[in-house]
Amino acid sequence: MPVITMREALHDALREEMIRDQNVFLLGEEIGRFGGSYKVTEGLIDEFGPERVLSTPIAESGIMGMATGAAMTGLRPVAEIMTINFIMVGMDQLVNNAAKIPYMFGGEARTPLVVRTPSGAAHQLTAQHSQSLEVWFAYVPGMYVVAPSTPADAKGLLKSSIRNDNPILFVENLVMYNEKGEVPEGDHVVPIGKADIKREGGDLSIITYSRMVHMALEAADVLAEEGISVEVVDLRSLRPLDVETMIASVKKTNRALVLHEGWYKYGAGAEVAAQIQEHAFDYLDHPVVRISGQEVPMPYSTVLERAAQPRMEDVVERARFMLGRK
Amino acid sequence: MVKEIERTELEPTSTENRPAEFHESKEELHSLFRTMSLIRRFEDTGWEMYTRAKIGGYFHTNHGEEATVVGTICPLRPQDWIVSFYREHGHIIARGTDPKYVMAELFGREHGVAHGRGGSMHLFDYSRHFLGGYGIVAGQMPLAIGVGWSSKYRGQDEITLLLTGEGAMANGASHEALNMIGLYHLPVITVVVNNLYGMGTTVHESAANPEIWKRGEMYGMHGAQVDGMDVMAVRRTMQDAMKRASNGQPSLIEAMTYRYRGHSVADAARYRSTEEVQSWRQQDPIERFYRQLSKADLITEEERNAIDESVEKQVNAAVEFADSDEHPDPNGLFDHLYVDPPAGVSL
Ligand SMILES: Cc1ncc(C[n+]2csc(CCOP(=O)(O)OP(=O)(O)O)c2C)c(N)n1
Repeated sequence: MPVITMREALHDALREEMIRDQNVFLLGEEIGRFGGSYKVTEGLIDEFGPERVLSTPIAESGIMGMATGAAMTGLRPVAEIMTINFIMVGMDQLVNNAAKIPYMFGGEARTPLVVRTPSGAAHQLTAQHSQSLEVWFAYVPGMYVVAPSTPADAKGLLKSSIRNDNPILFVENLVMYNEKGEVPEGDHVVPIGKADIKREGGDLSIITYSRMVHMALEAADVLAEEGISVEVVDLRSLRPLDVETMIASVKKTNRALVLHEGWYKYGAGAEVAAQIQEHAFDYLDHPVVRISGQEVPMPYSTVLERAAQPRMEDVVERARFMLGRK
Repeated sequence: MVKEIERTELEPTSTENRPAEFHESKEELHSLFRTMSLIRRFEDTGWEMYTRAKIGGYFHTNHGEEATVVGTICPLRPQDWIVSFYREHGHIIARGTDPKYVMAELFGREHGVAHGRGGSMHLFDYSRHFLGGYGIVAGQMPLAIGVGWSSKYRGQDEITLLLTGEGAMANGASHEALNMIGLYHLPVITVVVNNLYGMGTTVHESAANPEIWKRGEMYGMHGAQVDGMDVMAVRRTMQDAMKRASNGQPSLIEAMTYRYRGHSVADAARYRSTEEVQSWRQQDPIERFYRQLSKADLITEEERNAIDESVEKQVNAAVEFADSDEHPDPNGLFDHLYVDPPAGVSL
């Protein structure tokens, strides 16, 4: 299987879907000649022209409203919001329009659109540029929130998202565009709503998504040396939430640790923990543990930024504790 | 309500010096020249410190915009307010904040202007009524409605200078801000720093009508366009707008300028030609002001050298201060999150 980067996987998915379906078009800031802030759309304007790769003004509300209107009338827009931090500026269009229209009009309309955007914290980008806001959208009935952790999932899920008839927030991660992985050749499609066991184990389930999957895998390596066998469950989407897969894992391991970037209270960990106690309470040998970022706006100083982010060492330490070690 | 539209003479591609008229004292003119030179030097050094990994995050500089920055900020009185955006190192320096505290912020240190929490995009100095740099494009603009309203409400003779980029003028927040400023006759001067690009997008690609100053009329304010590479022209336009603001008439000033460097340190700016950059550099605002002053016998080469030297010393001292300043204590991670939170509850 070819090994490609996350960026290439996303780029290829967009390109292949644009070739497959004339109604797919891209819109967003700097996605044309500039190639996208994270260079995902590089070269697409040369192949498909400025009407199918529309570089817009700095107008997030306009972008998402435009995507919704176009989706209602037969097109399949894929919008890029430069980072998830800017999505608030246009959030109304997504939450009050795109997610509501199918239901509010009794099924008379559809809003098949994808909003791609990178989430996460890194590189001292500070309070207004380091947020993980995807849970806000996962709260909204009518939205799907997809968040892949590998190039293969990114490609397969982006293709499914573009073909899907619902409004989808497609969450990428700020620091993962250069991450490499094997991606199957041909029309590789991953179904939306299916979690994936990224590593099998018997002592503890780490339930996570996006970049934190890799921190979980690292922690699993460390713990394996101590004889602790960790199962890593990659949710791949926050809505739909694959409760079945994560509950099956917890019933097997009897311990669950939820790991995500962003804030603790009301975060994805809260929902996952609640699902586990509803469906697997009698199987638990330890209360569900949540690890997240600290509940502060991200500070600039390197020292403070490090202190505010989830750390692999903490995952290892909490896991040991859950198993009664040290 | 006066609805008068004026267009100040504009010659962004001319290298010819317009004969400047000076009402200011020599000291005042030298001070303007020094501030422009200080900003240039600060940005050069900051850029270098960034490449040496002393500074991180996004880093947007005012290289090329010094006349616009100094021309709009220096005429302000101590009681006036400034609301700015992420490209604001020069803004806070022009306002008089000691560069050493600005550099310390860029280094992420405890004695920086935001105590190492904010960084390049979020500089702040309440004592100088500098109400901050903000990172969401156009997100700072609605704040100026409230600041202007507050001055009026408290019955104070204060003016608010709202700075923004031309790219931001395509965002919805700009419309809400300008409409309400005009509607309530607030003492707010909005300066659109038109450096022709928002990242790689030209103003012609972002604005249905790229003559942004003309929007003044539709918001019930005075509109003016000015050569933002000419510090005295900017200053005159600003002083005129300040008089109007004191009489309850807001202004929208579009200053035509250019950013010499990429959008941020990471941007190689391949979307524009070397010829274009060169043509703007030929009318460099600092050199142009120097020529104007020396033509009028208001500055000598020795005086200029002395200014350059003192500026260099000041910036070097700022780096030294920043580099030796302490990092914030990680135990202070939750400081400043709430004021007087209740005890015994999970915040
Ligand atoms: C709402 C929002 N969208 C996008 C961005 C990313 N971004 C940062 S600066 C910028 C360009 C702004 O251009 P302009 O207003 O002309 O100011 P300049 O940077 O040229 O000074 C963009 C798109 C952002 N910070 N906020």
